[in-house]
Amino acid sequence: MFKFSEPNKIFLITSKAPKYVAALFVVVISIGLLEALIFSPEDYKQSHSVRIMYVHVPAAWISLGIFSSITFLSLNGYIFKNKNFFLIAKSLAPSGFVFNIVALVTGSIWGKPTWGTWWAWDARITSMLILALFYLMYLVAWRIYEDKEHVLKITTTITILGIINVPIIKYSVDWWNTLHQPASINVLSKSSIHSSMLFPLLIMTAAFALFSLLIFLMKYNTELIKIKNKGLDRL
Amino acid sequence: MINELLKMNGYGLYVWSAFSFTFLSFSTLYMITKFQYVKERNKFVSKFGALDSKRAEVARSQTINREILSSNQSI
Repeated sequence: MFKFSEPNKIFLITSKAPKYVAALFVVVISIGLLEALIFSPEDYKQSHSVRIMYVHVPAAWISLGIFSSITFLSLNGYIFKNKNFFLIAKSLAPSGFVFNIVALVTGSIWGKPTWGTWWAWDARITSMLILALFYLMYLVAWRIYEDKEHVLKITTTITILGIINVPIIKYSVDWWNTLHQPASINVLSKSSIHSSMLFPLLIMTAAFALFSLLIFLMKYNTELIKIKNKGLDRL
Repeated sequence: MINELLKMNGYGLYVWSAFSFTFLSFSTLYMITKFQYVKERNKFVSKFGALDSKRAEVARSQTINREILSSNQSI
């Protein structure tokens, strides 16, 4: 069933893909930066500080998406006894963590001119901080546990516990009174954001997604070479 | 024009620091990942070079090993 998820076959693609992904990333991020910093209008209330949204929101979306993917892959790794799923999950984690930190820091920078404070123990911000801690635990677990079976159990447990926090992050602005504004973009209903701001936001999201794909490919290739290094020792 | 772009009605410091932090984080992550890749690949090449001809032949029979040896991730 998972014939195409065999690392040996995947490496033939993943070893060549980074340079194309990097080239595409440079093109998309250049368009995104022009749109975000120059062509998009300032907000009637927040003025130019709204431009921080173009890095803050995509970073938050992607960090949530990556954590959900890591959980899905870890669970499937367990169910189908496929270690490649764990390898993919492990390779996704560093970019997810960095995007989470970017979302927190840029959110804090946005908070100062908008709310008058760098930080508030608000439900959305605090739950994003908790997600960063789960990412950190996941990455540290891979570093400190030598026993492979043990590390798979520990990291899967971390992701299962961490995924409970994802819907809390999403609905925190609806469930509690928060400083953080409610969602402006809805997949199922009409978004309250104007198309002149939505377009650069989507371009920047595409650029950030390409960057996370690039880092994932490089990390995944590194992990495969690590395995092959061990294989050479056994020859 | 440039002055306006830098100052952004007094919000320039916030906007530029948010974008700078983002790209600094991206660059750091990219460099660390690239460094780890190069390190592992160099380790593989030197281990492969130390194999005797019989073992090297066995290792070379695997497509992935040939691909690692020929790959030169130039990004």
